[in-house]
Amino acid sequence: MTGRSLLDNRPLCGAVGVAGLFCLVELAGRTGFIDPIVFPLASTIAGRAAALAADGDFLADVVSTLGAWAAGLLLTVLVAVPAGFALGTMPRVESALRPVLEFLRPIPSVALIPLALLLFSDRFDMKIAVIVYAASWPVLINTMYGLKDVDPLAKETLRSFGFGPLAVLWRVSLPSTAPFIATGVRLAASIALILAISAELLAGGASGIGTFIIEAGSSPDALEFIVAATIWAGVIGIVSNTLFTLVERRLFRWHLARTEGAR
Amino acid sequence: MLEISNLTHTYGSGPGAHHALGGIDLKVAEGELVCIVGPSGCGKSTLLRSIAGLLRPTGGKVVLGGTAVDRTPDDLAVVFQDYSRSLFPWMSVADNVSLPLRRKDMDKKQRRSAAMEALEQVGLEGAAAKYPWQLSGGMQQRVSIARALAYRPSLLLMDEPFGSVDAQTREDLEDLTLRVRSHHNMTILLITHDIDESVYVGDRVVVLSKAPARIVGDLRVDLPAPRDQITTREHPDFVHLRAEVGRLVRGMRSQSAPAS
Repeated sequence: MTGRSLLDNRPLCGAVGVAGLFCLVELAGRTGFIDPIVFPLASTIAGRAAALAADGDFLADVVSTLGAWAAGLLLTVLVAVPAGFALGTMPRVESALRPVLEFLRPIPSVALIPLALLLFSDRFDMKIAVIVYAASWPVLINTMYGLKDVDPLAKETLRSFGFGPLAVLWRVSLPSTAPFIATGVRLAASIALILAISAELLAGGASGIGTFIIEAGSSPDALEFIVAATIWAGVIGIVSNTLFTLVERRLFRWHLARTEGAR
Repeated sequence: MLEISNLTHTYGSGPGAHHALGGIDLKVAEGELVCIVGPSGCGKSTLLRSIAGLLRPTGGKVVLGGTAVDRTPDDLAVVFQDYSRSLFPWMSVADNVSLPLRRKDMDKKQRRSAAMEALEQVGLEGAAAKYPWQLSGGMQQRVSIARALAYRPSLLLMDEPFGSVDAQTREDLEDLTLRVRSHHNMTILLITHDIDESVYVGDRVVVLSKAPARIVGDLRVDLPAPRDQITTREHPDFVHLRAEVGRLVRGMRSQSAPAS
């Protein structure tokens, strides 16, 4: 009962936290604890953020970032899921490539942006390349992990009815791995957003939230613009994560029912 | 219809090798319900998996309907003990039952109606749209049975099919098996470690020894039909047979010669 009511109150708790922080920053500025010239008032930032939502130039930047994000994420799924299946179903290929993967995985993706800049003359291509590189990891790893989790008896059941290995892969391994892939894609979506904006920040380009932030740096109200744009970037991240979580819950109800039932 | 000759199987090699089957010879006639009973870990499941073509035995031969089994045969279905793992949780009950029918030359509508018919036979026509995990254990195992029935196999293999359900459900499922079997005139090979169950459902009880498994008894069960959970189990022949099978399972000498 207590756990249930706490869960019900979670959005409320979050709202209280956000409002509390807002008031704290506002108060710090109003009392002079933080000079509003050093860091703008919370209300000023909120006003600026609201104004940005109606600003055509900023919206075009948001659309540009989201375009790269969506294209990158789509490409990530198209690359990483088959790769995960290849590695997960062919142990020899996996052992051959494992050292390479272990070497590449810890490299911070953002550190590869300068390299990507040299390799890709087109900024959009460069953005997509770093997004796909960074976002592929959780999808790849989750796909491989999900494949290991496929119940051998489920596969054997289908085999016993005379189905071949490809049918077993398609009808048992894929659906059984799908919830793990979905979690990977949700994680990848956050990473893709980080990489899209990082690439814009580091490499500039014609448009994008990152480009907007860099260009805002030279305006007199630089700080207000930068913080407001950053807040919108955060909102996009939260919205994407929430949407992905909702879709996951809806599509993979069977997976939840199972894992929660086993607890 | 099923002929097993000198079937042996060894897991691993060298000193750590486990000899599961030590030469099994068994013939099952069309329409027979044969129970295979033996002490736990005696290789019953190895035998079943060899017949189903899920495992390549080290030696010997399995011939089903005149052809040697070297891969999973087409007209065979298996009901496993662990229904929760053997049913696909992402599919509705009806879809679970109709999935194997994709192997047959049937369109979607035919598959659907065959699935509904099989579900009706196990008394689950109302659960078609549900998901397996929304059903009780006994109901889930009924779905597995329906899936096997819809496939209309010439041989149905059941691997400890009632081992994971409560006693009441177990009796219901035993009777269900007897009912659908007389309706379809199927050949069934049922593996169990439950001596009473083997005598209650079987036309024949084949007793295996400890690993490496050999056949130590092959008894014909001539109990009056239809069998009934109360009257059959108090029948003197039942009491006699279960004692006989019990002695054989425990490795004691048989009191009378095997019936066949």
